Amino acid sequence: MSFSAEDWQAIWLTLRLATSATLLLLLAGTPLAWWLARTRSALRGPVAALVALPLVLPPTVLGFYLLLALAPAGPIGELTAALGLGSLAFTFEGLVLGSMLYSLPFVVQPLQNAFHAIGERPLEVAASFGAGPWRRFCSVALPLARPGFVSGSILGFAHTVGEFGVVLMIGGNIPGETRVVSVQIYEQVEALRFSEAHWLAGAMVVFSFLVLLVVYGALGRGAIPGMRFGS
Amino acid sequence: MSQPGGGRFELDIEVAIPPRGITCVSGASGAGKTTLLRCLAGLERPRSARIEVDGAIWHDASRFVPTHRRRIGYVFQDSSLLPHLSARQNLGYGRVPSDAAELAKTVKLLGIEALLEKLPRQLSGGERQRVALARALLGRPRLLLLDEPLSALDIARKHELLRHLRGLPEQLDCPIVHVTHSPEEVARLADHVLVLEQGKCVAQGPVAELAATRRFPVDSAGAEGVVLEATIVGHDRHWRLAEAEYADGRMLIADPGVATGGAVRLRILARDVSLSHSAAAHSSILNRIATTVQRIEELADGAMCVVHLRIGAGTVLLARISRKSAHTLELAPGSRVHAEIKSVAILQ
Repeated sequence: MSFSAEDWQAIWLTLRLATSATLLLLLAGTPLAWWLARTRSALRGPVAALVALPLVLPPTVLGFYLLLALAPAGPIGELTAALGLGSLAFTFEGLVLGSMLYSLPFVVQPLQNAFHAIGERPLEVAASFGAGPWRRFCSVALPLARPGFVSGSILGFAHTVGEFGVVLMIGGNIPGETRVVSVQIYEQVEALRFSEAHWLAGAMVVFSFLVLLVVYGALGRGAIPGMRFGS
Repeated sequence: MSQPGGGRFELDIEVAIPPRGITCVSGASGAGKTTLLRCLAGLERPRSARIEVDGAIWHDASRFVPTHRRRIGYVFQDSSLLPHLSARQNLGYGRVPSDAAELAKTVKLLGIEALLEKLPRQLSGGERQRVALARALLGRPRLLLLDEPLSALDIARKHELLRHLRGLPEQLDCPIVHVTHSPEEVARLADHVLVLEQGKCVAQGPVAELAATRRFPVDSAGAEGVVLEATIVGHDRHWRLAEAEYADGRMLIADPGVATGGAVRLRILARDVSLSHSAAAHSSILNRIATTVQRIEELADGAMCVVHLRIGAGTVLLARISRKSAHTLELAPGSRVHAEIKSVAILQ
């Protein structure tokens, strides 16, 4: 036997979730990382700590508060209700939001380190060449931070694929909507269907290993800004 | 302008920089040279300043023109190129109003034809600085700022780039501000000199004037000297000598390969000038000049002094001799004495 239809559904859902969360994180994380890398504001420390919080918090804690926030009476729930979206709890969109928080440091920190590593000089050179702030960012900062974008995307994607606790708290276990690979495995193990669990579990090991192989190997030895956490 | 500088000093400077030619900003490390340049470029924003360039106000109480709108050329000490772009892409980046002919001309002028497709990291330090200089020229700047562009180069590259820098005023009708801590570069390049100390401008003026009054720093004892602007008026092909005419006379120098009528800048170090009362010519000295003692400056070590001499109407010469010699020769302001010049450096 191999993957069941349910397995494939879980895999497809997981890939959709990881892709959406990673793309949205790159959009939201880039300005945040840029600000963190360059600001001299006193808020930098507290904001950096908040961004790193998902690294150390148990996913259940994150999931618990998210669940409260997403509930119809919670702050995000009220907002989404006002927008006519209803509550995001136990929905795919809710999972995307949760994944973005959960994987935030895995995208922001590589970007922040990459922006920081550029230094002031190339941006000053571009300014002396007549480039305004927006042009400097697009034509100098973005291309020079490319390794950070590559490792941030890979790490963010892989970390979202491996998510379990947050999903269980805010997504539950709805096939096709919130039942991702990790939840599917949990489900199979609970039901003592070990041989089925082997397939998905083994696939996760291979996938994770390949991702890390790319990050550590193909992208150059020790040159991955994302692998130095903290700044 | 005034700008707090890392708590150590304030930059407190009021100067007018000549609209053409090279102005060298000289001074020890930490004197505020680079800070001054960065303020001119808009890379630092001084607390209060008034910067006016060619009639346009770049900075005053109500205005601050950001760097990218200032139309400057800036050559930094190390990397003045965008590292991810080839030399050619660097030359074409940003506001470059030049046409193909101008590009070709500038590329040829700086000898970088073969480097255009390379990335900055594939270029040597000297090559990078030449490309950077070409980029600065192509931007047709209203102000060219050079922050110790020679400091990271070896001697051979340094001399090559010096030659290019010296030729800049012919290419560029704008002020060129060159920051350096090297008296050698000041002597070779400067038309005008600003001397900074602790964030203040302690002396400024044409290079010959400052050198003669010993108001610009020297790198070692005995390296004080004068700078003379001269014109080649004749050649002695047999002995490979040339005759150079300065404001108040002529002297023989090693033939610099400059045609008659060409300009040369001469530097005569005080330690290469000795004094004598006899006009007798039985020695190896080629240039023996009648001078009048202006004043005698005793040096801190107590053994040596610098004698300020005048040739003719106004040319100044410095001689570094022992106090004992000055006493033996009975030198005093107004004494007539012969200066024997052992060597003349030809700077351009």
